[in-house]
Order: sequence, then structure tokens, then C-alpha cells
Amino acid sequence: MNAGTYPTAWRPPAFFGSRTRQRIALFCGAAYVVWSLTDLNIDVNRMLAGFPRALNMLARMIPPDFGRWALLLDGMMESLQMALAATLAGALLAVPLGLAAARNLAPMPVYAVARGFIVLGRTLHEVIIAIFCVKLFGFGPVAGLITLGFASAVFLGKMLAEDIENVRLGPVEAIRATGAGFGQMVTYSIVPQVLARTVGVLIYRLDANVRHSTVIGIVGAGGIGQTLSASFSRYDYDFSAAILLSIIALVALGEGFSDWVRRKLR
Amino acid sequence: MMGGGEPPPTAAAAGGPLLLGIEALTKVYPGGQRALDGVSLTVERAEVIAVVGSSGAGKSTLIRCINRLVEPTSGHVRLGGLDLVGLKRRELRAARRRIGMIFQEFNLVERLTVMENVLSGRLGFVGFLAALARRFPPQDVSGAFALLDRVGLAGFENGRADALSGGQRQRVGIARALMQDPDLLLVDEPTASLDPKTARQIMRLIRSLALERRRPALINIHDVALAQAFADRVVGLKAGRVAFDGPPQALTPEVLTEIYGVEDWSQTIRRADDDGESTQ
Ligand SMILES: Nc1ncnc2c1ncn2[C@@H]1O[C@H](COP(=O)(O)OP(=O)(O)OP(=O)(O)O)[C@@H](O)[C@H]1O
Ligand SMILES: [Mg+2]
Repeated sequence: MNAGTYPTAWRPPAFFGSRTRQRIALFCGAAYVVWSLTDLNIDVNRMLAGFPRALNMLARMIPPDFGRWALLLDGMMESLQMALAATLAGALLAVPLGLAAARNLAPMPVYAVARGFIVLGRTLHEVIIAIFCVKLFGFGPVAGLITLGFASAVFLGKMLAEDIENVRLGPVEAIRATGAGFGQMVTYSIVPQVLARTVGVLIYRLDANVRHSTVIGIVGAGGIGQTLSASFSRYDYDFSAAILLSIIALVALGEGFSDWVRRKLR
Repeated sequence: MMGGGEPPPTAAAAGGPLLLGIEALTKVYPGGQRALDGVSLTVERAEVIAVVGSSGAGKSTLIRCINRLVEPTSGHVRLGGLDLVGLKRRELRAARRRIGMIFQEFNLVERLTVMENVLSGRLGFVGFLAALARRFPPQDVSGAFALLDRVGLAGFENGRADALSGGQRQRVGIARALMQDPDLLLVDEPTASLDPKTARQIMRLIRSLALERRRPALINIHDVALAQAFADRVVGLKAGRVAFDGPPQALTPEVLTEIYGVEDWSQTIRRADDDGESTQ
């Protein structure tokens, strides 16, 4: 046909509307990076001064002191228990939250409230929630448990809601057409479609909770983090080193375990 | 519910009383699409009715308005004396148990076993906890085994639905619908995802199961030759209205032009011979 009358070149549409706007956006982005670097007052001398101190600290860390192993073990167990209990509590809370936050299941007002709760909950980092919880419930693992339980529920609820929204609708309709009730519809057409992935996410969250539990202790929410923070402030760097090595071992174990379970699930 | 033997004959067998009565059924989608425009249809015998019509004529909408997967805008759907339009949620559930549905995409729950898919046809009859624990009454379980055997899938009960071929999946879909022991079968393009031979086997299976149980079946179908071969009655839809309602022999080129528009129909109208393959 008359190919001559058609354009011979085609470029994908620009992300920011037009080419000019794209260039302006890129320029602004670059300018912002330069400005923020200069504004930070990066003092090279101060950074260099840190190095000898780091070497000194490292020297005092070696050899790690495992002498207070009972204290260490206590902290580790507390962190692990916190992570396990928080994951379990989070999972239980995430089921209703996920169902309520799935647009294809929940009525609009319920959906809006559940989504709002998730958005709000996710804007707050675990450490900030932990600071609140320590103020509310005092120092110790209860604050940590509530922090991680809340954060897990929000995270797992969001993941579950998104999985439910991506479910194939055909089977859901087929089950509804048999005269099944809402609960039966969920257990027969939604649960089978989301179960494998949800268990995978749950295991991932357990692994994440083990890591978080070591951090939130630093603001006083119990567990090995609290022990670590205390050892730093007393300049017991050799004990700190022992704690750090134990944390590394625990997190690596947790990651290995979660990898193994998720491989099994596929 | 069902054993291996013949179900007792119902009033339907005698012919006469209203099995399904659709009156002035209209559906206007939120976008303003008038998919059904005053469709009326009465079914007084246990017959296989093929619903034909070009894409967008409203075939799927008609079938889905009957069990209210799609909410009709106005009109009535009477199933054995009960008007389904306007039923409350609980009553609607009870009415849906009496209507079996078979889908083009099979719509099996792929991660469940074949047996769980077939038994899900009984969900309207068992409680939530029993369903959750997969504890179905013994007669349901034996009925499911009998149906699996009947559709040619004996021995497949423990396989996962996603391990089956298209034709096998549709057989499971048929078994699920028949587990409801329905008063009416709604079938939306059962063969559109299947090869021609499997399509004929599936149509034959649906027809013989519906007639065995003396239940009417409403089948949406694109393939006019298949409709002629397996239906007792053909309903032609055009732009949401009934453009034809009569026996398959009456589908002349003029009628097809009326339903579908101008085209050469000499190749389509050919009462395809029954090549007599087995149901397996
Ligand atoms: N969910 C929906 N929302 C809005 N409009 C719809 C919806 N479903 C169908 N329609 C419109 O209603 C009309 C009838 O659609 P329907 O699916 O009933 O046709 P059909 O005869 O089954 O077509 P096909 O043979 O392609 O399956 C079409 O114009 C379609 O665009
Ligand atoms: Mg359709």
C-alpha cells in the first residue's frame, strides 16, 4: 500500500508529557541532588577523624567477650520470642484487615477505613512505633511485642489485600453461583488462590521480625537490642562484639530458614 | 441426593407447567449499555435451548440475570413459580442452589482437587464449618464419585484441577453444576475454548445429562451448526431482543441474516452428522 504517506519514525511517549518537560524534570532532579549534598555540610576532616576512632573501637572489640553468655542468651531468647509471638499476632489480625482492605470483597466504607488504617500504619517506622510503645507500656519486651505485632498486622494485611484483589474472578463467581455463602465463597475460591503466597509472605515477615526485634531493643523495647545498647553505653565493646556476632548468626539462621520454607512451598 | 440411578420424574416430564418464565427482562449497565431490552421466554418442557446471537447481543447477560450474578434492571424471572428478581440475599442463595451453571473458562478452583471442585456444587446445602473441614454427607460423596464416573473422569478425584486438559476441566465443571441436582442448567459458551471434537463430546454430555434428569438447559453458543445438532429449540438474540424463537430446522439463511446480519450462510447451515464418538 502507500507506505510513503505514513511516518517512518516512532518514539515511545515521554514519561513527563513532552521532551522539553522531561528535560526540565531531569535538570531539576540533578539540581536538587547537588543542592542537598552542599547543604548537608559534609566535612571531610570530620569524616577522616572517624577512621582512627573506628580502628580503636575495633581493637577494643577483639577478642569478643562471651563471658556473660547467660545475659546474652536471655536477650537472644527474648528477641526470638518477641519475633515469633508478634508474627503470630500480626497474622491473626491481618486476616480480617486484609479481607476488609480488598476492593473486590469489601463494601466501600469498610474498604476506605481499612486502607486508611494500613496507609497510616505504614507511614510509621517500627522504631517510631517502638518509642511510643515504650512510653505507653514501659521498658521491656511487652512494648516490643506490641510494636512488632502492629507493624506485622499492617504489613501482612496489605499484602493479603493485594493478593485477594488479584484473584481470578471466574472461580469466585462459579462458587457464588452454587448458592454458597460469603464464608464458603472465601474458603473455597479465595483461600486456595492466595494461600501459598500468603504463607511465603508470612515466613518472610517472621524473618524480618527477627531483624527488627534486635533494633527496637535499642529504644528500650526489650530483647537483645536493649542488651546491646546497654553494653555500648558502658563502653563494654568486647561484649558488644559478642552480641553483634550472635545477632548476625541469628539473622543468618532466620534467613536460611525462611529461604528453605519458601523453596518447599513452590 | 443423586445415586447412580434415574432421578424420579418430576412434573416437568409431563410437559405443561412453567419451568422457567422470563418476562420483559431488561438490563441497562451502569455505563448506559442496554444489554437486554424486554426479553421474554417461557420454558415448559425439559428441553435444550440454544441461545445464539452475535457478540454483544446480550447472551451472557441474559444467562447471568437469571441467577442474578448480574442484577436485572427490570422484569421477572420465574423459576417454578418463584420470582427470582427481588429475592433477599438468603432467599437468593436458596434459589441459586436450584440453578447449575457451566462456564466457558470452566472456572474451576485450580489449586483444589477435582473432588473438592465437584463437591463445591453442594456448598449451598452444607454448613460453613462442614465445608471448611471438607466433611460432606456420605450421599454427596457417593454422588460425586458417581458423577465423576458418568462424565468419564473416574479415578481423577485426587488430581489437582490445574493438571487437567480443557475438555477434562469442562467435565469437572459439568459435574460441579450437576452436583446441585439443579432444576435448571445455565451454560455460557461451554465449548468456545475447546477443539471441535471435544466440543461435540461436551455438548453431547450436557444434552444427555439434562435429558436424563429431565431438566431444561439454556446454552449460549456461537457455533450455529453445533446449536442445530444438539438443541431442541433455538433462541436468537439481537441487540438485547429476541429475534427468533423456534426449532433448529427453522434456522433458514433469512433467519440467520435477521439475527446476525448479511453473510453467506450456505456453509453454516448443515445439520452436522452425528459422528458417534464416545463420551470419553
Ligand atoms: N459488566 C459490564 N458493564 C458494562 N457493560 C457490559 C458489561 N457486560 C456486558 N456489557 C455490555 O452489554 C452488552 C451485551 O454483552 P454480553 O456479554 O451479554 O454479550 P454476549 O452476547 O454474551 O457476547 P459474546 O458473544 O461476545 O459473549 C455488550 O454491549 C457489552 O458491552
Ligand atoms: Mg458472552
